[in-house]
Amino acid sequence: MIRRMLSVLHARNLEFLRDRGTMIFTLLLPVMVVVGMGFVFGGPERPLFKVGVLDTRIDKQAYPFLGEHYVEFIVEKDVNTAMRNLTHQQLDLLVDPHGPARYWVNTDAPKGYIVEKLLLAADPAAARQPVTGKAVRYVDWLFPGILGMNMMFSCLFGVGYVVLRYRKSGFLKRLHATPLTAFEFLSAQVLSRLALILFVTAILYFGIGAIIRFQVAGSGLLLAVVALLSALSMIALGLTIAARFSSEELVGGLLNLLTWPMMLLSGIWFSLEGSPRWVQWIAHVFPLTHAIDAARAVMLDGAGLVQIAPHLLYLGVTALVFLAFGAWSFRWRID
Amino acid sequence: MSTPILEVRDLIKQYPATTAVAGVSFAVAEGTCFGLLGPNGAGKTTTIEIMEGILPPTAGEVLYRGAPLGARFQEEAGILFQKTALQDFLTVRQCIGLFRGLYASGLDVEEIIRLCALEKLADRDSRKLSGGQQQRLLLAIALVHDPAVLFLDEPTTGLDPQARRNFWDLVQSIKARRKTIILTTHYMEEAELLCDEIAIMDKGRLVAQGPPRRLLNEHFAEVMLELPRQGFPPAARALDLNIIEGADRVEISTHDIEGTLRALMAADVPLAHLRIRPANLEDLFLELTGKELRP
Repeated sequence: MIRRMLSVLHARNLEFLRDRGTMIFTLLLPVMVVVGMGFVFGGPERPLFKVGVLDTRIDKQAYPFLGEHYVEFIVEKDVNTAMRNLTHQQLDLLVDPHGPARYWVNTDAPKGYIVEKLLLAADPAAARQPVTGKAVRYVDWLFPGILGMNMMFSCLFGVGYVVLRYRKSGFLKRLHATPLTAFEFLSAQVLSRLALILFVTAILYFGIGAIIRFQVAGSGLLLAVVALLSALSMIALGLTIAARFSSEELVGGLLNLLTWPMMLLSGIWFSLEGSPRWVQWIAHVFPLTHAIDAARAVMLDGAGLVQIAPHLLYLGVTALVFLAFGAWSFRWRID
Repeated sequence: MSTPILEVRDLIKQYPATTAVAGVSFAVAEGTCFGLLGPNGAGKTTTIEIMEGILPPTAGEVLYRGAPLGARFQEEAGILFQKTALQDFLTVRQCIGLFRGLYASGLDVEEIIRLCALEKLADRDSRKLSGGQQQRLLLAIALVHDPAVLFLDEPTTGLDPQARRNFWDLVQSIKARRKTIILTTHYMEEAELLCDEIAIMDKGRLVAQGPPRRLLNEHFAEVMLELPRQGFPPAARALDLNIIEGADRVEISTHDIEGTLRALMAADVPLAHLRIRPANLEDLFLELTGKELRP
């Protein structure tokens, strides 16, 4: 069994490595996107203070500080989200205007220092609660999303179209006439694509990380586990599409049907916090959402295994379910 | 009689709109070359694919060494499909190596390359082979595990005459190794040269089966006289002769050559391009089904 699987795996790897056009495109596209994003978003911050307000609305009458000029006041309903944004310096200050006012300021943030002076001028009695945390640039926040997006396209289209091509050309039919089983064939495809994706993702991670001077907050090993399970889940998802169909149009349509919602709703480009509950519910069905959430938690917040365990569990379970469904519905030949 | 290596019993394959195989039975003795002959749509590819275990039958069964097809058959059967694509970007040697890796035992890759005369092509991209070279590679792949039985589905269709003859030489060298070969073909010359036994199919049924020479002797005591159709006078068609008109020739089957020639001369039929030949499998097929064998 292992021998047969390795034989198919070796041949598939050779096929990919010699297909220079696909190889270069796979590497170049995400590099261009991230470097472009770095140029667009990696520059100096706009000269505007952002203050989070723990309330349901901005009431300037009740708390005069909220009428200050050149400060953007943002209603924050969830204290945990607001604290994380403050830690990442996406907010310069967080204020709770109810009763004796309290405020939180990030002592690592220069803009926090200035906006604190403005607050204390308006309300000298406000109680200070310091927090620390380095700024997270948009490009840092985007980085895990770009890696995830590249992984998604490579997993779904790479595996989907390769298996479809093999079926249409009759190569699968020829393999079916050997002792090779569907499980062995699919496992070889998964392993080949998995090795490739992890390799490419590692290149992108270190290469782009060096360009944008990114520093991971959590464990690199844990991040590798996230990448492994994410790729496994999405490759298996690609196999469910490619398992039995023989029409490029149908498979292309189904893959687009999966990738576009994932690209828009998995939090690659913007956070889903604050979006309607049904949107968040749909987003959490997608493996990519869990992949990116887990990667961001490790890369930006330094989260450990326990914090991201639900994401890893979801990715692992979906990988098994998709793989089992793919093997069950697999067709060697065009019906 | 010893157990046949392959036995087909009451095979039926139905599709929603058609019956491709309508109750076919035959047996193949070990070490022989068995030919399935018939025009396109006769059901021979469907029959051979059921025998290969690729297609499930609607009814009936295929036995390999007296038992239903199973793991042993998969290890001992080599297959050359009518159309097969291989993985892109692999050399001839790597394609053979890939398939060799799928079997527990078999021939050494270099030995297969030598056997199929692929030495000079071993490091060439498999996509850059000619039609004949491609078929030799596919034959090599079918032989990687040194199979006891080899299925060849129209292996020389589309090849030029030289490539076809080279392929026949290869098949004969495999036959000499006491392999059992199941062959489907349109080419009568191929069947006569390679097959020890043939079965002629039409509309999903067997219409004749046996060694080619015996079948010809059974059905033809006559010889065939061939004349160009152009110049064959209309009046001669009324002669009391067994005349079969083809697209560009007229054939007359007879066991009285002298009498037939006298009748033709009396009818002023020009005999400058007359050919006399013994009946062949093409004539046999025409006799049995009333159709040309080739599409």
